Amino acid sequence: MPTEKNAAKDVIKGQSLWSDAWLRLKKNHMAVISMAVLALIFLLCFILPAIGNFNAPEDPAIRAAEHWFKNPNYQNLNNTFAPPSGHHWLGTDQSGRDLFSRLLYGGQISLLVGLVATTISVIVGVAYGAIAGYSSERTDSLMMRIVDILYGLPFLVLVILFSLLISEHMKELSEFLINDWKWESVFVNKYANLIPLFIAIGALGWLTMARVARAQVMNIKKQDFVEAAVSLGLKKSTILTRHILPNMIGPMIVYTTLTVPSFILTEATLSYLGVGVQSPNSSWGILLQEGSRYMETNARLLIVPSIVFSLTLFALNFLGDGLRDALDPKASKD
Amino acid sequence: MLRIIISRLTQGILVIFCLLAITFVLIRLMPGDPFTGEKSHAAHIIEKNRENFSLDKPIPIQFGVYLTKLTQGDMGDSPTREQKVSTIIKHSFPASLILGICSMIVAICIGIPAGVIAALKKNSLIDYGTMVIAMIGISIPSFVIGPLLASYVAMNVPLLKVAGWGDPFDWILPSITLGAMTGAYIARITRGGMLEVINQDYIRTAKAKGVSQFNLIFKHAIRGGIIPAVAYVGPAFAMLLTGSFVVETIFQIPGMGQHFVTATKDRDYFLLQGVVLLFGTLIVLANLAADIALVLLNPRLREA
Amino acid sequence: MRLAFILSPALLMPFLSSCDKESPIDKYTEKKILIVGNSNEPAGLDPQIVTGVIESNIITSLFEGLCVQHPSDSGGSMPGAAARWDANEDFTEWTFHLQKNGKWSDGMPVTTADFLFAYERILSPDFAAKYSSMLYYIKNGEKFNKGELKDFSEVGVKAIDDHTLKIFLRAPIPFLPHLTKHYTWYPVPKHTVLAHGTMTERNTYWTAPESMVSNGPFKLETWKFNDRIEVIRNPHYWDADTVKLNAIRYLPIGNKYTEARMFFNDQMHVTERLAPEMIGYCRERYPEEFRQEVYLGCDFIRFNMTLEKFKDVRVRKALSLAIDRQLIIDKVTKGGEEPAQGIVSPMGEYKTAGIAKHNAEQASQLIEEAGYSDSNKLKFTLLTTDRDGAKTYAEAFQDMWQKILPVEVSIEQREWKSYQDMMSKLGYEMTTGGWIGDYPDPTTFLDMWKKGDGNNRTGWHSEEYEKLLGKAELATDPAERIRLLRQAETLFLNEHPIVPIYWHTSVYLLHDSVKNWHPLPLRNQPYKFIDLKK
Repeated sequence: MPTEKNAAKDVIKGQSLWSDAWLRLKKNHMAVISMAVLALIFLLCFILPAIGNFNAPEDPAIRAAEHWFKNPNYQNLNNTFAPPSGHHWLGTDQSGRDLFSRLLYGGQISLLVGLVATTISVIVGVAYGAIAGYSSERTDSLMMRIVDILYGLPFLVLVILFSLLISEHMKELSEFLINDWKWESVFVNKYANLIPLFIAIGALGWLTMARVARAQVMNIKKQDFVEAAVSLGLKKSTILTRHILPNMIGPMIVYTTLTVPSFILTEATLSYLGVGVQSPNSSWGILLQEGSRYMETNARLLIVPSIVFSLTLFALNFLGDGLRDALDPKASKD
Repeated sequence: MLRIIISRLTQGILVIFCLLAITFVLIRLMPGDPFTGEKSHAAHIIEKNRENFSLDKPIPIQFGVYLTKLTQGDMGDSPTREQKVSTIIKHSFPASLILGICSMIVAICIGIPAGVIAALKKNSLIDYGTMVIAMIGISIPSFVIGPLLASYVAMNVPLLKVAGWGDPFDWILPSITLGAMTGAYIARITRGGMLEVINQDYIRTAKAKGVSQFNLIFKHAIRGGIIPAVAYVGPAFAMLLTGSFVVETIFQIPGMGQHFVTATKDRDYFLLQGVVLLFGTLIVLANLAADIALVLLNPRLREA
Repeated sequence: MRLAFILSPALLMPFLSSCDKESPIDKYTEKKILIVGNSNEPAGLDPQIVTGVIESNIITSLFEGLCVQHPSDSGGSMPGAAARWDANEDFTEWTFHLQKNGKWSDGMPVTTADFLFAYERILSPDFAAKYSSMLYYIKNGEKFNKGELKDFSEVGVKAIDDHTLKIFLRAPIPFLPHLTKHYTWYPVPKHTVLAHGTMTERNTYWTAPESMVSNGPFKLETWKFNDRIEVIRNPHYWDADTVKLNAIRYLPIGNKYTEARMFFNDQMHVTERLAPEMIGYCRERYPEEFRQEVYLGCDFIRFNMTLEKFKDVRVRKALSLAIDRQLIIDKVTKGGEEPAQGIVSPMGEYKTAGIAKHNAEQASQLIEEAGYSDSNKLKFTLLTTDRDGAKTYAEAFQDMWQKILPVEVSIEQREWKSYQDMMSKLGYEMTTGGWIGDYPDPTTFLDMWKKGDGNNRTGWHSEEYEKLLGKAELATDPAERIRLLRQAETLFLNEHPIVPIYWHTSVYLLHDSVKNWHPLPLRNQPYKFIDLKK
């Protein structure tokens, strides 16, 4: 019975829940492979460009001709759609830019978006959904109807208004960062614009998350061990944090891994509307969108980002499954 | 049960009212209006055009006028298309409904069996294979799947067309494109749900009692296992009916999805208001339907 | 909700359609049904309300102006609703003699009353037609439209009898026959419009398929929103024997890749346009069907002339000189466009001044003189839109400038209406843009740069320029007129308020069964001459 299990856990203390989970995770081959793949992709996207930029010639033209790691935004209109070679490892794109370096730099942005926007929407969504699910019927209805209203508002209208709202303030923010905090302007142009993007995706992404979380809570709170906890006279907040949330982790992880790809793709759509990555910087979503136009003519531009994107998501997904199993308090050892 | 439905419907009407009011204000805050265009026109002409649609009045009065008309069954005239909003919706809803139903069928027929099988054969090659295919459905966006199907399948299969919306054969590829993502979600969610259930005590008890594998799965486990998927299907159907913009443009389908994008971009206030009204209604109904289905599937919720 | 009504089309649809070996396009060719890609759902079909090219394509098959476009000679006009016409010596008074057997598609005769009604309707301030300015060439037309004149009989259009129409112009306009081919100059059926509402009433829906009446070679049969518009042969048309096609079907295909695929799949005869990404592929794979023709239009970059940083003409000139137009055309737009040396695209005997060129050395020299260097960079934002290809296009300029000049360029992408709004409010720094001519005369490109013109959007103006245009309008000698217009253009270009990039081409696919389809720079194909043969 679950109550017995909880009691057992209390004896061994919380620390061992995690080490226990870690042990179980390590036994899952797919999860371990996935972790390795994800680590490799993170390394490639975040460390390799730094190594590549170290010692790179100042002059972009000389660098494009000699150095192994290209500037991802350096165009050469006389060398468009070049096939992969020792010079351009994955060839060049429609503007003669190096696809390999664009892929890595794009990965930085997409991985960041996936990570940050997901975190925001999970925290907000789970908290909101859990509170709604565990509150009185009246509060629950009110909270969920608010979600319904927000859900029904036309997304594009919100984005256009949002981009309008931020465009003025963004200029101020960038100037402040460059002048007062002495940030590199290239760096600011690249990352400062991501802040509104995180807000936009996070703000809209939590809605579904809240729904799923609430459904979970509704399901769990009817189960025997929770009712037992209630009858023991535990505080509502304790029941929620100690008994309900841990039981939600598994399904929420699965759902979270599902939302990451849609967040990464939303970024591409948003950047076309003026929120998000600034031209000429890339992201995986943008590479996919641009690549899809060359499906008939230069399929490489579509296939390369598709493979990297899918690979990341596979790894994320199998890791999610492994985590779900490892963290499941009810998981059996068989 | 009836009490729940009635109270939910009352809440639904409130939701739709709020939705209409908020949208009404928001769309008027966007830059430009229905009459801004590539070519500028004389101020007196734009003025007059705004007057024709009462856009020169304060927003609360405009909203009053709109609601009054709405109660008489008039959704207004589109300021950017020479059509009534109701005519536009009447022309595009059938295609969306067909597309929505077909893609939901595709999604359920792929998603639930795949999810159940993957859960039963957990951590086997079948599980990984099914989940990889499901993840392909999620990670390859429809703007890639659609053209791929059109270029490589439709061009080579005699009865299929690359685009167009005439006979039922034209429903196949768009439904697959649109349903793939939803199907993949359903597969993932079903797998998770099934795994939860399989580990629960009542299934173990049944197993110990010697209930056959078949009965165990189909009589006991599935019922509980698809609960999360059912909760997802309701709102997903509303999304399929209205969020099909990309698929509609790829396969040239005269549906509703593109109105959300084009009406927003054209600042067609009244058309957008009309589709938001419809979408709001769908959400309310879909959520209600999902909740009813959940109560029917989960006996414990019936007490509430 | 009336679910039964909504479901019925789905249930009634035949489950299996007949399948035969013949490709769909051959079937349509045999039935003489032309399938045309038309990019988007039209804003409407009332010729006096709409403003775009999409609508124009359909309306030219439904209605007929006084003159009709010649099928192959872009400068030629053929008899349309008018059998013949003549002008006085200085082109200010024109007489049009209507076809004696001209009829509406319901059999009613087309008379001068319909034309007077149409011109009064489009110029009425209450009707507020967006494109009424196309009729400002008529004497007192502008005054009547602005409400300064209440009596329409003072406007320069007179009916001598049922079939003789006299038009008095505000100035000599030798290209009036060209104007009458534009849909704003078409007649509308007085009896039908009035049967559905008053003259100036909007949203009367007289253009619905069941009530629409027109005077052109075709009449409206089906109008399914976002699906198709089909027009069929008009039996009452005065020249019905010339008309070869039985029907034309217009498909509102917004996605250019879908359109191309539908053409490859033998589903249509003519595409609207090819995406730059598809051009090379189609040129190679469909050499017979591939069409690349001159199109009356110019793409350019605007400066916001009210900004301090663009006050110095050397800066503007440097940014113009830094652009390698040919490279942009070859690698980005790919439509075989012509590098624009001026704003007026080449037409007839008019030759542009040829100011805009590529010269990297001179560019860096000029911007240095203006005081910019690597330690003091010129920073500005280039505004562009979210339409297909706009991003790659803007990135190419960004890169070209940054490579040659000490500048730091950021790109701002905005959705279409926000972009238009920012342009007309001068809320940008530099922006990409373009202009498509309405009629084949240089003034279609030059009038917009006058002070206060809504399409100027640069903040630039010059009294000298407007004086030259005014002189040109009054000139009766065509050569003198052209000389003055050219002088005005040169003045404009030397000030560099815009950076001309290229003159448009239209690049599309045309099935080889389509006959009598000739390149026309306005793409205003007269559908009555087009034929389909295997």
